[in-house]
Amino acid sequence: MITDEEKKEIRELMSHYATARAAGPEALKIVQNHRGWVSAESLKAVAEMLDMSCEELDSVATFYNMIFRKPVGRHVMLICDSISCYIARYDMLLDHLNRTHGIRMGETTPDGRFTLLPAACLGACDHAPAMMIDETLYGDLTPEKMDNILGKYQ
Amino acid sequence: MATIYIDNKPYVVKDRQNLLQVCLSLGFDLPYFCWHPAMHSVGACRQCAVKLFRDEKDTRGKIIMACMTLAKDGIRISIDDPEAKKFRAGITEFLMTCHPHDCPVCDEGGECHLQDMTVMTGHTYRGYRFRKRTHRNQYLGPFLHHEMNRCIACYRCVRFYCDYAGGRDLNAFQCGNRVYFGRHEDGVLENIFSGNLAEVCPTGVFTDKTFRRHYTRKWDLQTAPSVCVHCALGCNTIPGERYGTLRRIHNRYNGEVNGYFLCDRGRYGYEFVNGNRRIRGPLLRGPGGGEARPCTRGEALSRMEEALHTPGRLIGIGSPRASLESNFALRTLVGKDRFFSGVSERERKLSAAALEILQRGPARTPSLHEIRRADAVFIIGEDVTNTAPIMALTLLQLVPCKKVALARSLQIEPWDDMSFREAIQQECAPLYIASAAPTGLDDEATRVYHATPDDVARLAFAVAHVLESGVPGMEGLPENVSGLAGEIACALKEAERPLVISGIGGGSLSMIEGAAAISRALRSVCGKGELSFLFPECNSMGLALMGGRSLAEAREVLREGDADTLVILENDLFIRDAKPAVEELLKSAQHIIVVDHTHNRTSERAELVLPASTFAEGSGTLVNSEGRAQRFYRVFVPDGDIRESWRWIQDMISISGRGEAAGWKVLDDIAGAMAREMPEFEAVTRIAPPADFRISGEKIPRQPHRASGRTAMHAHTDVHEPMPSDDLDSPLAFTMEGYGGQAPPALIPRFWSPGWNSVQAVNKFQQEIAGPLKGGDPGQRLIEPAEGVKSASPDKIPEAEGLRPGEWLLVPLYHTFGTEEMSVLSSSVAERVPAPYLALCPEDALSLGIGEGEAAELIASGEAQQRIRVRYLKGLPRGVAGLPVSLPGVGMIDLPQKVSLVIPAKTADTGKV
Repeated sequence: MITDEEKKEIRELMSHYATARAAGPEALKIVQNHRGWVSAESLKAVAEMLDMSCEELDSVATFYNMIFRKPVGRHVMLICDSISCYIARYDMLLDHLNRTHGIRMGETTPDGRFTLLPAACLGACDHAPAMMIDETLYGDLTPEKMDNILGKYQ
Repeated sequence: MATIYIDNKPYVVKDRQNLLQVCLSLGFDLPYFCWHPAMHSVGACRQCAVKLFRDEKDTRGKIIMACMTLAKDGIRISIDDPEAKKFRAGITEFLMTCHPHDCPVCDEGGECHLQDMTVMTGHTYRGYRFRKRTHRNQYLGPFLHHEMNRCIACYRCVRFYCDYAGGRDLNAFQCGNRVYFGRHEDGVLENIFSGNLAEVCPTGVFTDKTFRRHYTRKWDLQTAPSVCVHCALGCNTIPGERYGTLRRIHNRYNGEVNGYFLCDRGRYGYEFVNGNRRIRGPLLRGPGGGEARPCTRGEALSRMEEALHTPGRLIGIGSPRASLESNFALRTLVGKDRFFSGVSERERKLSAAALEILQRGPARTPSLHEIRRADAVFIIGEDVTNTAPIMALTLLQLVPCKKVALARSLQIEPWDDMSFREAIQQECAPLYIASAAPTGLDDEATRVYHATPDDVARLAFAVAHVLESGVPGMEGLPENVSGLAGEIACALKEAERPLVISGIGGGSLSMIEGAAAISRALRSVCGKGELSFLFPECNSMGLALMGGRSLAEAREVLREGDADTLVILENDLFIRDAKPAVEELLKSAQHIIVVDHTHNRTSERAELVLPASTFAEGSGTLVNSEGRAQRFYRVFVPDGDIRESWRWIQDMISISGRGEAAGWKVLDDIAGAMAREMPEFEAVTRIAPPADFRISGEKIPRQPHRASGRTAMHAHTDVHEPMPSDDLDSPLAFTMEGYGGQAPPALIPRFWSPGWNSVQAVNKFQQEIAGPLKGGDPGQRLIEPAEGVKSASPDKIPEAEGLRPGEWLLVPLYHTFGTEEMSVLSSSVAERVPAPYLALCPEDALSLGIGEGEAAELIASGEAQQRIRVRYLKGLPRGVAGLPVSLPGVGMIDLPQKVSLVIPAKTADTGKV
C-alpha cells in the first residue's frame, strides 16, 4: 500500500546500507513524508520490502515518537515541556491553545489543521518557552505571539 | 577455580561465571528478573544489585549488577549490605509502580517470580499514588492468554521468543513506561515454542490459556514426575491434576534432556487425557460388530477367558506409544515369536537398522545436552523442527567454538548475552540440511539441498567418501553436488564436535546408512563426531530394542490359520498400514482384544475393549531417541477400571493358567522380569529408586504441603476425608503428607523451595545453575557403542533416481501440530492443525495446470484413491510431491513411494473442480 515513487525512494535508500533492515527508520520517514503518517498497511508494505516481519518494523516505528502511527493534522506542533519551558510557564501556552483551538496534548483540531504534541526538549532553553511547527522553531513565546505564528499555517 | 568473598566469607567457584549465577549456585537468595539461566544476562532490570569492594580495607564500596560482573578471583562483594538491600527494594518498587497488584485474580498468583522477588526484597508498602498506565490485551491464539498491565518490562519474552526461539511475530513496542510486548495486531503466535512464555515471563503477562479454562492454584495441583509422550525426545514434564482431570503440563528440568523448555505440542497436547474419546470402562461387542456395550470387569474377564482358552492361538501387536512394561507384558503373554511390533513395515526396518548402527558404533548417540555443544551439524532427511521440536530449539543455539574464543579474546563471556551476540555477529555454527522436502530449519541453515531421498543419500555417501579419501568417488554426481559434499565434509572436519542427524522420518534406509557412513568416516579419520537418529514416537526406540515381527507377517500368520485371537496394545493399526491391509488383518482374526486409552478405528473393531491408563494415570518406562530409559509416574488415580495395560495383560496371562506374571506385584517386579529376560534392559531397574524407597520412613507427597480443600472437595457426598489411594508402584504418595524436603532427582514431583514458589525454584535443585540436578539427571542410557570399530558392511549407494513422465515421488511431510496422533485430540492443538493437502512445487503445479486449493486425485498402488487439495510448497524438487503424515483426514500411505496424480477436469464455466 505504498506508491511506486515511495518504493523507488526506499530502494535507493536500501542501496546505502549493508543490510536491508538497517534502512528501517529512514524508510518509515520516507512514507511519513509522503503521507504525513505511517498506517498499518504502509508499514506492512515497507516491512515486506525490507524482509522484516511487521512486528520487527513496528517495534522500530513505535520506539521513535516522531514516527506517527496515527493520522496527524496538516501541521505538527511540538511544545517543549522540559524543565526550562516549565519554569517559563509553557502551560499558559497550552491553556491558550485549548481556548483558541480546543485541543490538548495529543489531539488534532477538528479541521485537521494542527496536531499538538509534547517534546522533551527542543534545545532552545535560552528562548523558553519554545515550540516547533513542522520544521520551524519558535522561541520566547507568549499567547499573542503564538496567535500570530499560527495564523501563518493553514 | 576462583576464590571470591561474599560478605567477607571466602567461596571457591568456577572460573568465568557471572556473580549472579555464582551466588545462586552457592544457594544465596539474590533477586533477579531479566536474567534467565538459559538466556543469561542483559543487565536490564537492575534487580540483582550487590556491593563491590576494592579490597578488604574498602568499606564504602559501590553498587554493581551481579549478573553483569565477572566473578574474578579475589573479588569482594556484599549481598547483605544495607545500601544494596535498599537499592534492590527500590528497584522492585519502581518496577511495581504500574503493576495492578491483581494477584488474587491472576493465574500466576502463587507461582509468580515477581511475587517471590517482591517478598525477597522486602518491598511491602506501596508509595506510588498516581494513575497507572494501562494497555489493551491481544488475542494470541489458542495457547497463551495476554494481560499486558502486569508487565514489568524485563524483556525476557522477546529475548526468548525472538533471540532464543527464532520467532519473528512478537516484539517490544513503544518505549519508556509504555513499552508493550505483543504482536503488531491480534493473531496467533506462530512459533512452536510460544508456550514457554508462560514459564519465562516472571509475572502474569503470558499465561497458559488451556490451564485458564480449568484453573487451579499451583499449591492445589497434584503433580508427579512424568515424561512427554508426543515425540521421541522424552522431555521431562510435570503434569498437574485436580478433581480427576489433568490441568496442565509444566517443564521438569533435566540437564541432559530438555533443560528449561518444552515445545507447544508437549505442553498443550495433554488435553486428550480429559477428552470425550477416552475409554473409561471395559466394553463388549457382539460377534456381528455394531455398537459396543459397557460391561463389568467380571464380564470382561470371562470374555477374555473364552478368547484365550486355546493356548498357541494368540498373537499380540505391541505399540511405540505404550510403555516398555506393557509391551513386555504382551510379549510374555504371546511369546517372543508371536509378538509383532505395531509399526509399519518400513518403520520397523528403519528402526532396526538405526538401532543396529548405534549399537555397533563407533559414533555415539548424544543427549540433547551434548548436542548443545556441537559446532557443525549435518541433518539428513529429517524435519527436526516438526518431528522433534526441542532438538530444533537446541540446534538454534549452536555457536562455533572459534567464535566463543574470539569473544573471549575481547573479554566477552557467552553469558553476557547482548555483547556476545554482537561479538559473534549472529554467526551460527555451520548447519547443512539435505532432505526431500523443505524443513523448519531451512531458514537457519548454512546451505540446503533438496532432492529425492536417494539423491540425498548419494550426497551423504559422497560426504563420507570425501572425508575418507578426499574425493566423492561416485559416478554421475553433478558438479554442484560434489562441491557441496566437499564443503560439508570440510565443515565437519574442521569442527571440534561435529554432529550428524538423521532419522526414521525421511522413510529412507539409504539416508540412514549414508548418515552412518559419515559418522564412521569422521570417527576413523578425525576421531570425533556424534550420530543422532530421531525416532517417531515416545517409545519407538524401546519397541525397536524389544524387537518383534512385522505387521505383514501377522497378517500371514492369521491368514494361514495359525492364530485366531489378536491382542492389540494401545495402537491404531489404521495409521500403521494401508486400509485394505489392516482390514484384512482384522477380518481374519476371530477375536480381537484391544487395550487402549482412547477410541480409534481399531478399537471400534474389537470384541473386547479394555480401558488403559494414559501417561497421567499410570506409571511406566519409555526409551527416547537417545536410548535413554526414563520413568513416568502416575499423576492421579483414575475412576473406575482404568489401569496400566500391563496389568490387564497380566490378568490375561493368569487367566490362561500360566504363572509367569504371578510375581508382578508392582512396576519394579515387571521391570526386573524384563531385565532378566532381555539383558539390554538391565539399566531400567536402576532408573529410579524402588517402590519401597523411603526418606526418614516417609513417602514423597504428590500434593504440596499447602494443598487445600481436601475435605471440602468431597463434602457433597461425605464430610469425612476419604482415605488416600495407595501407590504400590512408587515411593510417591497421593497425599500432602510425607517427606517435605527435596526428593531424589527421578522422583521430584514439583520444584518448590521456601521463598521460591515459581518455576525458578529449580535453581535450588541443581548442583550448579543450569547444571545437573542434585543427585544426577534422571534416566539411564541403554545404548552405548560397542568397543572398537567393527568392519561395517560395504556401502549400498543407491542409483541416481529417475522418474518416468506422469510418475510422482510422494514423500512424507511433518507438522508439529498434526502429525502426532494424541496431541491432535487436544482442542488447543487441533486449532493449529492444517487442513489436509498435497504439496507440489509451484513450477510442477503450473505445468499440471492446477491452482492452489484445487483438488487432485492421488493414486498409490494397492491403496484407495484419495482426493486432496493442492498446496504450493516452494523448495520441493521437481517431480516430488509431499503428503503430511498422519494428518487428520489424510489416508495412511507408505512413504516415500511412486504415485500418479490425476487432475479432475474443470467445468468450463467456473474453473472450479
